[in-house]
Amino acid sequence: MILGVAASLVAHNPRIDWFGIAPEGTLVATAVAVLLLDLVMPRRDSWQTSRLASVGVLVSLGFVVALYERHGGTTPMFGGAYVVDNYAIALKGFFLVVAYVTILLAVDYIGEGDYYQGEFYFLLLTSVLGMTVMTSARDLITIFVALETISIPTYVLAGYRKHDRRSNEAALKYYLIGAISSAFMLYGMSLIYGVTNSTLLSDISDKVGQTGHGKVLAVAIFLSLIGFAFKVSAVPFHWWAPDTYEGAPTPVTAFLSVASKAGGFVAMLNIIFFGFSNRSNVWWVVAWLLAILSMTLGNLTALRQTNIVRMLAYSSIAQGGFMLVPFAAYGIARDHGHLSVAQTSFQAVVIYLLIYGAMNLGAFGCVIAVARRTRSADIEGYGGLFTTSPALTVCLSMFLASLTGIPPLAGWFAKFVMFRSAIDAGGWAGTSLAIVAGVNSVIAAYYYLNVVRTMWFKAPATEAGPVQVPSALGFSIALCTVLVLAIGVYPQLVGHIGDLAAKAASVATGS
Amino acid sequence: MTLVAGLFDISTQHYFVVGALLFTIGAVGLLVRKNTIVMFMCVELMLNAVNLTFVAFSKALDDAAGQAAVFFTLIVAAAEVAVGLAIIVAIFRRRQGVTADDIDLLKG
Repeated sequence: MILGVAASLVAHNPRIDWFGIAPEGTLVATAVAVLLLDLVMPRRDSWQTSRLASVGVLVSLGFVVALYERHGGTTPMFGGAYVVDNYAIALKGFFLVVAYVTILLAVDYIGEGDYYQGEFYFLLLTSVLGMTVMTSARDLITIFVALETISIPTYVLAGYRKHDRRSNEAALKYYLIGAISSAFMLYGMSLIYGVTNSTLLSDISDKVGQTGHGKVLAVAIFLSLIGFAFKVSAVPFHWWAPDTYEGAPTPVTAFLSVASKAGGFVAMLNIIFFGFSNRSNVWWVVAWLLAILSMTLGNLTALRQTNIVRMLAYSSIAQGGFMLVPFAAYGIARDHGHLSVAQTSFQAVVIYLLIYGAMNLGAFGCVIAVARRTRSADIEGYGGLFTTSPALTVCLSMFLASLTGIPPLAGWFAKFVMFRSAIDAGGWAGTSLAIVAGVNSVIAAYYYLNVVRTMWFKAPATEAGPVQVPSALGFSIALCTVLVLAIGVYPQLVGHIGDLAAKAASVATGS
Repeated sequence: MTLVAGLFDISTQHYFVVGALLFTIGAVGLLVRKNTIVMFMCVELMLNAVNLTFVAFSKALDDAAGQAAVFFTLIVAAAEVAVGLAIIVAIFRRRQGVTADDIDLLKG
C-alpha cells in the first residue's frame, strides 16, 4: 500500500477531497486547540475548554450538513479506502450530535469535581474523531485504526476519577478486554488479508465469494467477529460492560454505552455488509447466536439489578442484542437468496442506532441529574421523585418507556424496523429471532417500568428537596426528550436517514 | 543430508505456524496468569503473532499492504501499552498490587 501511495504521489497527486474530510479536520483542530487553551488558561477558568469543544463539534456538524447539501454523491479517496457517501454522512452527523450532548452532560459533572478539564474534552473529541473516520472506513487497516482511535481515549476516560478505586478497576477491565479484542480482530484480519490478498473491503467482498480457502476464511471471519462482539459487549463477551459502566464517571458511561457501542456497530456494518456479505453462510449463525444470547441474558440479568447504572448497562447489552437481529436477518436472507432484505436490515441497524442514542443519552442525563442530589444510583433512591421533581420524573419515564418500545415514543419505531427485518428474513431462523425478541421486549418492560413505578408511586426514602438541574444538563435532557417524542410521532424523520444510508450502501455492495 | 536440508528449509508456511503458536500461547497465557502485567505481555505476544502473520503473507503474496499494516499495528500497540501502564500505575498507587483476582470491587 505504501509503495502504491508513493507511486501515485510520483505519478500524480492523490485526489483528496478536502471538503469531504472537513468534519474530521475541524475535530482535529478543535482537539489541539482545547489542549493548548487548557495550557494557557489559569486552572479556575479551564471550564472554558468545554465551550471551545462544543463550538468545534457544532462547526464540524455544520460541515456534515453542508456535505449532505452538496449532493456530490460518493467520493472515494485513497483508492477506495475512505468513502464519504450518504451512509457515512448520516452517521457522522449522529456521532457529532452524541458528542455535543455528552459535552453538555459532562460540563457540570467535570466542572464541579476535582478533574483536569481540558484533557477530558481533548480525549472525548479524539474518540469522536475515530467514530467519524469509522463511518467512512472501507479498508481493514482504516477500520482497525479508527476503532483504536475510538477505544484508547475511552480507556483513560473510564478511569478519569483516578483517586477512586472503582474507577481504576473500571478502566483496567475495559482496557484489558479492549486490548484482547483488538488482538483477536487483527489476527482475523491478517488471515483475511492472506486469503484475499487485499485489505480493501470491496476487493475482499469479491474474493470471499469465490470458492477455496473455506476453513481459513471461516476462522478469519469468526475471529474478527469475536473482536467486534467484545466491542459492542454482546453476550458471551459482555462481562466487562456492567463493571466498567458502574465504575466510570456517569457522563463517560453515557458516552460509552451510546457512542462507543455505536462505533463498534458501524465497524460491524462496514465489515459485514461491504466485506463479508458473500460468505453469509459462515457468519449468520454467529450473529444469530450473539443476538439471541445478548437479548436473553442481558434482560434476565437486568431484572435483578438494584443499581440503576448497572441496570442500564445490562439493558444496553440487551439493546445491543436487538441491534444484532438485523445482522443475523441479513445473513439468513442472503443464505436463502433473498437479496432484497439487505436494504431493510441495513436500514434497521442505522435507525435503531439513531433512536437508541437519543433515548439512552436522555436516560443517563436523568440519572446524572438525580445523582446530584442522592449521590448514589440505587433504584430505591428514586422513590417519590415525582413529588419533588415532576418534570425530571416525566422525562425519565418517557425515556424508559421509549426503551421498552411503547408508542408514541421513538423506541417503538426502532423495535418495528428490527422485527420487520427478522420477519422478512423468514425461515425457522428468522422466525425464532422474532419470537425471542418479542419475549424479551416483554421481560424488558418489567424492569424499565419498575423504575417508573418507584418514581411515581413509592414514598420518598429520605426527606429531600427538589433536584437542582443545571442549565446545560437540563438542555441536553430537553433535547433528547424532543427527539424521542418527535421521532415517535413522525418516524419518517429517521426513516428518511435510514433510507439514504441503505441506498448508499446498496450502491456500494451492488445488491 | 537431504533429510537435514528438508528439516531446516524454512518456507513462509513455517511462519504461519509460528504465528498461530504465538497467538495461542498469548491467548492461553491470558487465561491462566493472574498478574495484570503478565497479562499485558500476553496481549503483546498476540499482537506480535499478528505482525508475523501479516509480514509472512506480505512476502508470500509479494504485496506491500501487509507490511504497511504492521506499521499501524505497532504504533497502535505502543499507544495502547502507554495507556495500559498508566492505568496499572494508578491502581498500584492505591492498593500495592496488581493481581487480577484482587481487583474485584465491581460485580453483580
